[in-house]
Amino acid sequence: MTTDDHLADLHAMWRIRVLEEKILELRLAGDVVGSVHLSNGQEAVAVGVCGQLRKQDAVFATYRGHGWAMARGVPAFPILAEVLARTAGVNGGRGGSAHFSAPEYGFYGENSIVGAGAPIATGAALASTFDKSGRVVVTVFGDGAMNQGAVPEAMNFAAAMNLPVIFVCENNKYSELTPINDMVRNPDLSARATALGIPATRVDGNDAAEVAAATALAIQTARHGLGPTFIEAHTRRIVGHYIGDAQQYRPEGELEADLAAEPIVRLSHQLIASGVAADTVDAARRRAVTEIEEAARRALAASAADPATALEHLYA
Amino acid sequence: MRETVKLNYGGAVNAALARSLDDYPEAILFGEDVAVPGGVFGVTRGLRKAFGPRVFDTPISETAMLGAAIGSAMMGRRPIVEIMWMDFMFVAFDQIVNQASNVRYVSEGRLTAPLTIRTQQGNAPGACAQHSQNMEALLLHVPGIRVAMTSTPQDAYDVLRSAVACDDPVVVIENRSLYAGPKAEIEIGGDPAPIGGHRLRRPGADVTVVTWGSITSRVLAGADRLAAEGIDAEVIEAVWLNPFDHAAVAASVARTGRLVVVHEANTTGGFGAEVVARVVESGATLKSPPRRIGARDSRIPAAVGLAAAVLPQEDDIVSGLRAAVAG
Repeated sequence: MTTDDHLADLHAMWRIRVLEEKILELRLAGDVVGSVHLSNGQEAVAVGVCGQLRKQDAVFATYRGHGWAMARGVPAFPILAEVLARTAGVNGGRGGSAHFSAPEYGFYGENSIVGAGAPIATGAALASTFDKSGRVVVTVFGDGAMNQGAVPEAMNFAAAMNLPVIFVCENNKYSELTPINDMVRNPDLSARATALGIPATRVDGNDAAEVAAATALAIQTARHGLGPTFIEAHTRRIVGHYIGDAQQYRPEGELEADLAAEPIVRLSHQLIASGVAADTVDAARRRAVTEIEEAARRALAASAADPATALEHLYA
Repeated sequence: MRETVKLNYGGAVNAALARSLDDYPEAILFGEDVAVPGGVFGVTRGLRKAFGPRVFDTPISETAMLGAAIGSAMMGRRPIVEIMWMDFMFVAFDQIVNQASNVRYVSEGRLTAPLTIRTQQGNAPGACAQHSQNMEALLLHVPGIRVAMTSTPQDAYDVLRSAVACDDPVVVIENRSLYAGPKAEIEIGGDPAPIGGHRLRRPGADVTVVTWGSITSRVLAGADRLAAEGIDAEVIEAVWLNPFDHAAVAASVARTGRLVVVHEANTTGGFGAEVVARVVESGATLKSPPRRIGARDSRIPAAVGLAAAVLPQEDDIVSGLRAAVAG
C-alpha cells in the first residue's frame, strides 16, 4: 500500500467518523429522534472490507450500519436525510437510522434484528450461483450475533452449498451491553466457522489494511467458486451501544486505552511517523468535515417525509 | 397451452410447480427433502430430474431457508421454498414477520421479495400437537405478506401459479390430508390469474357461510344435510385470505342477512373474527347475530377421539348454521 492509499483510508474513516458525530449532534439537539447506534472506533472494518468490493457486490449490514453504507459509496446527504426522516432520505424516512438500504450502491441494508441479515446475505450469494454474475456478498454482524441461531444456520447453509459469501464478525468485545467473553466458553469465535468447514481468519479490525488483505483473499476464494470465508475483525466501539448508553459496564481505564488504539488515531500517527506532513494528514479530516457539514445543512433544509405516502409500497 | 388433465391435489401442486419453473427461468425450488427424495408427501417428485440444480435440498434450517429465499429474491430469483409443516415456520418466523414483510415497504420498492412459501397445516388422524395447528391468523396479522389456502386440485394449481407470479412474498397453505385425494379434471396451462378473489361453492339464500382450507368439504357436506331441512346455505370459500374479498362477503350477507364463519383454527383471535367484524362495521342489517365456528381454543391432542372433541366437526357446523338461521 502506498501513502496515498493510507491517506485514502484515513479520509474514508474520517468521513464515517464525522458523519456519526454529526448524527450524534443532531440526535442530542432533537432533530433526530429514536434509537441510534454509532460505529465510532469501528470504521477500519467497513473501510477495509468495502475498499475491496466491486460495484456488483452486495453488503448486508446491521443497525450499526451508517459507516458501511458510506463505505459502499452512499453519499452523506441521503443518509443524513434518512436519519432526519426526510423525503430525500435513501428510503424516504422508512428505514431510519437502523434499517435503511441503498441497493443502487450495493448496500442491501441494515437490519435491526441481531443476526438476521446473515441468512438473507446467504440467499443473495445463492442467487450469484444461478445468475453467474460473479457477485460476492458480504454480511457483517457483531460478536453478539454469533450466539443467535440465524448466523450458524446461515454459515452452515453457505458451507454446504459452497456459496460466495463472506461472514464478517465485528468483534467489538461487547454484545450490546454484555462482554462477549462472559457469554461464550471459547472466546475464539472464528473457531465456530472452522468447525463448519469454513476458512476463518482473525484480524486486527482497527487496521484497515489488514482487514483489506483478509477481505481480498476471501473475495478471491468466493470468486473462484471455493465458497464462504469467515473474518473475525477485532475492534472497539468507543461510544455506547446506542446514544444514551451510560456504559457503566466498562472497566475503568478501558475507554482511554481504546481511544488510544482506535483506527483513525493510529493511522494518523503512523502516517506522521512515516514522514507525511501533519497538515496533509489533517486535510483528510478537514475535507470530511466540509462535506458532512454541507450535507447536514442540505438535509436539515429538506422537506419532511409526507404522511400521505405512509401506506405506499406495501404491495406490488 | 390450456389442457384438461386428471390430477389429485398433490399432483396439481406438482403440475403448478413444474409449470412455474418452466415459465420463470429465474424460479428456484428448495426445501427439506424436496429435491432428490421428492418431498415427504411426494408432492415435488420428479422436479429435480426435470429442472436439475434449480431444485435442491437444504439443511433442516428454516431460518437459513427463508433467509435464502428472501436474499435470492432480492437479487432477481423467484424462489419457491417449502416449509414442511406450518408448525415449523415458527422457528423462522423472524424471516417472515420482520424480514420478508419489510423488503418492499421500507425500501420504497427499490427492493422486492417475490418469493413463495409453500406449507401445509391442520390436524390429521394421530398428528401430535406440534404437527396439527392452523396458524393462518398469525400471518394475516402481518401486512406485506400475502396468504392463500386451497382445498381443491384446481385451486391448488391456479393459486400456486398466481402466488409464484406475484411479486410479493406469498404463503400458500396446503393440507396434507388433501394431497392423495381423488383425481379431478382440472384445466392447466393458462396464464396465472392475478391474486385475490373467492370461490362461490354453493349458492344459497338463507345464510352466508365463509370458510377456507380443507374444512370447506365438511362445510359443504353440512350444507347439503341442511338443504334436506329446507335451509339454503350459501358457501363462500376464501382461497385468498390476503387479499381477502370482503366485498364478496358483504354482497352475500346483504342477500342472506346471516353470517357464519367456519375455520379449523382456534376461534379466539382467528381470522373469522375479522370477517365478522368487517361485516358488522359495514352496518349490514343482520337477521341473527353472526357466528364463528372454530377450534375450541385448546391444544390439539394426538388421540383421534380427543382431537374430534376440539376441532369443528360436521355436526357442529350443522347445528351452528341451524341456530344462525333460527336466531
